Amino acid sequence: MKSAGQPMAHESAGGHVTGSALYTDDLLSRFPGVLHAWPVMSPFAYAAVLTIDTAPALAVAGVVATLTSSDVPGEGDTGPNRHDEPLFPTEVLFHSQPVMWVLGESLEAARLGTAAVLVRYEERTPLVSIESAIQADSFHSPPLRLSRGDRASALAQSAHRLKGEIHIGGQEHFYLETQAAIAWLDESGGVALHSSTQHPSETQEIVARVLGVAKHQVTVECLRMGGAFGGKEVQANTWAAVAALGAQKTGRPVSVRLPRRLDMMLTGKRHPFLTKFEVGFAADGKLEALHLALYADAGWSLDLSEPIVWRAMFHADNCYFLPAVDITGYVVKTHKTSQTAFRGFGGPQGMLVIEDILDRIARTLQLPPELVRQRNFYVEGQTTHYGQTVKDASRIERIWNELKSTSNFVARQQQVAEFNEQNEHHKRGIAITPVKFGISFTATLFNQAGATILIYRDGSVQVNHGGTEMGQGLQTKILQIAADGLGVELGAIRIMPTSTGKVPNTSATAASSGTDLNGAAVLDACAKLRAVLAPVAASMLNCLPDEVHFEQGIVLAAQQKATFAEVVEAAYRQRLPLFASGFYKTPEIHYDPKTGQGHPFYYYAYGAAVAEVEVDGFTGDMRTLRVDILEDAGNSISPIVDRGQIEGGFIQGAGWLTLEELVWDAKGRLATNGASTYKLPSWMELPEVFNVGILERAAEPGVVLGSKAVGEPPLMLALSVREAIRGAIAAFGDGGIVELDSPATPERIYFACSKARGQAEDA
Amino acid sequence: MPLAEVILCCKSKTNWSAMTTFTETQSIVLQVNGARKNLSIEPRVSLLDALRDYLHLTGTKKGCDQGACGACTVLVDGERINSCLALAIQYEGCDIVTIEGLANAGELHPLQQAFIDQDGFQCGYCTPGQICSVVGMMTEFGKGAPSAVTKDGTANSELTEEEVRERMSGNLCRCGAYVGIRDAIKQVYGGRQQ
Ligand code: FES
Ligand code: FES
Repeated sequence: MKSAGQPMAHESAGGHVTGSALYTDDLLSRFPGVLHAWPVMSPFAYAAVLTIDTAPALAVAGVVATLTSSDVPGEGDTGPNRHDEPLFPTEVLFHSQPVMWVLGESLEAARLGTAAVLVRYEERTPLVSIESAIQADSFHSPPLRLSRGDRASALAQSAHRLKGEIHIGGQEHFYLETQAAIAWLDESGGVALHSSTQHPSETQEIVARVLGVAKHQVTVECLRMGGAFGGKEVQANTWAAVAALGAQKTGRPVSVRLPRRLDMMLTGKRHPFLTKFEVGFAADGKLEALHLALYADAGWSLDLSEPIVWRAMFHADNCYFLPAVDITGYVVKTHKTSQTAFRGFGGPQGMLVIEDILDRIARTLQLPPELVRQRNFYVEGQTTHYGQTVKDASRIERIWNELKSTSNFVARQQQVAEFNEQNEHHKRGIAITPVKFGISFTATLFNQAGATILIYRDGSVQVNHGGTEMGQGLQTKILQIAADGLGVELGAIRIMPTSTGKVPNTSATAASSGTDLNGAAVLDACAKLRAVLAPVAASMLNCLPDEVHFEQGIVLAAQQKATFAEVVEAAYRQRLPLFASGFYKTPEIHYDPKTGQGHPFYYYAYGAAVAEVEVDGFTGDMRTLRVDILEDAGNSISPIVDRGQIEGGFIQGAGWLTLEELVWDAKGRLATNGASTYKLPSWMELPEVFNVGILERAAEPGVVLGSKAVGEPPLMLALSVREAIRGAIAAFGDGGIVELDSPATPERIYFACSKARGQAEDA
Repeated sequence: MPLAEVILCCKSKTNWSAMTTFTETQSIVLQVNGARKNLSIEPRVSLLDALRDYLHLTGTKKGCDQGACGACTVLVDGERINSCLALAIQYEGCDIVTIEGLANAGELHPLQQAFIDQDGFQCGYCTPGQICSVVGMMTEFGKGAPSAVTKDGTANSELTEEEVRERMSGNLCRCGAYVGIRDAIKQVYGGRQQ
């Protein structure tokens, strides 16, 4: 029997329920003499650093050392691409930016040490709002452009046109385990780190850069992360660099672990967007032309903002054919944290806009929103605005119809209408929205992965690969893939912590591609090992090598069998290699960032959700009554893991769209810097009825075991909640257009309801 | 465009080394997972830090250190508390149970097994707190402690889903594994009556 496809508990389940699964910060007691680090943080969002006097810090009891630019042997910059993130800045570009660090025997000592440091700043006027930055012409890059057809004339010829503007809020990752790294000097003069990082190879690169050493001097290991969601893709690097620098200066292990408040103040978030659109459409609701400007608030440094804006532009179509389109993406530079990857990577913002637009079109034409959506679906053979053919386009309609029927959509729509008829102060809304999400890193070169598999003489196996575990279940899937790939029992395999010492030059575990890439590399290594073992088994079992079957630790041929361990031992005695490396690169993908045209995605993951909500017209309070989801996960390798990703992604998306609001004050201070001020989805936000289905008969050829990526796509299913809320708000008025910025907090809902009621009265 | 030159921290006259004389450590004995543990700690050390940093019981997690997430939940005399908001010295003489102490001689607590069966986690970081919190919740529920759902404590004696949501609302799961956690609770306690 195969392991893949079976419902199977998480690889670390036993450790999670007993508290023995270790995270970076749990390792501290293994490092006697470890020092703790605390940053001196700027009280201004924009300022020149004139002088720093560190001497008073050194007089504080328990302070061991300070770290400033003069301690940097290499390059004091942690910016991943542009080198625009000085570790010890002479110019502060966001509020609370660290300007130097203090190391102490305890965190407390380090913190008191920072309070003693004297820094003179020259304050400047920060650009906090996206509008002020646009006005000041403050951008990280020239605008990004993507177009098809003659948008201007198509717009002019359209029977109907609408214009609008939507503000979309960002999102704090709030991975439950905050950023953490421990660095120490290893036995042979190198630097080793445990880091809570999605991208050990890049963490290694940045540490090597700062220390001015070759990469082979630096080993980065990641056991697992307590959540990451993109927030540890590039943003784990700085803390690792500080720890490494401290270890090199003092010779002692150094831990950097951000307390929650600092983590929220210092690390980047999902990009807030300002979006402006003009759309032309026909009387039947079909899209004819779209003119779209997406302004992403990137914060102080470039980070991953360009590919994030590209992805927003690529996903501004969601599932809909845009005949003539012209999209410009702006990477706006503000004096805020450096906004970064977050599950969906710009896709959610792009899709929010088109879903919002389609609802406006429906309400303008007085057509049902789901009908307008359906009329605009891609059909087989059509291409996107970036020139890629929409593979399996008919799956959108298939999912749509199946979900409408299993969720009883039509009957419930009737019930919602009746409820709204009978209730003046509470209104319900029900909406169905689809998702099409492109899978692959948009930067083609990242779509590669490696693995190393070691078999020992007793038949036990270590599997190493470049992916990191952050709760998404990658290791569970890899375990299943490797067990089937070698034909051994799950218990014979140990998945090793991710280390740059085992697989070099890996990509970030991101873009939902962890299993696609690393799983395929593991399979490649398994195939090589089986090619070594099959002839050995054949001679033991008197058959031909291709008659040998490896299954669950037994090697079979016709009526004979041997154990996997026996075959391995025989191979060892024949002096054959019992280790292999595997490699994978995604085929067929390419795109030209100059034109935005190409084939950036290997395939699309599809899904759809129906959400029903109830809105209280007095308070703007909202409850999610029921959610039904149908997700296309291909041939699911691990149905339990995938279900968890779908549920969790949806809840996180609903949090972004309805609860989680980031507030910066005029001085650029983040006012929402704790769980007390930043509302996260809790038990109370779990939909009252929550049905999750995985599409049957959906194997994806060419992807590992026919599966599909499932990490990010479900987040955008939560757009159904937002659209249902807009439907409920519309029911307070005459059913006209509802303008609603995101997130749809009770305040925003309340004011939108008031406006709807006002419109109805005016009419 | 310089606004004004600001000099921060006019602290040069402060005697920082004097200010950092830490309070004296005290010797205390904590009863944790059935074992007596001697510690020498400052009175202001939280129970969470005492467990993690002094006793190396790292199963209890620090998600926020400000009482907002529940990752640090432990049981004290059977009741659940946020150990980040508690001082260790307050709990001398109490029976403290952490996630490491829930299994009995290697046999998992039924709730631990249920979390595995029902996939009650993703990253696992909130899990120790969730599990301890459920155990504490069931004790409270058994005693008829009121909640926002059952205000007089005895009126509703059935463990409904509404009751679970309300009573567990102090434990956040950023991965959104609430469905699995709910099902794990159901597996063990079902619609239990008080
Ligand atoms: S760490 Fe104690 S409640 Fe969050
Ligand atoms: S499992 Fe990750 S926070 Fe709950």
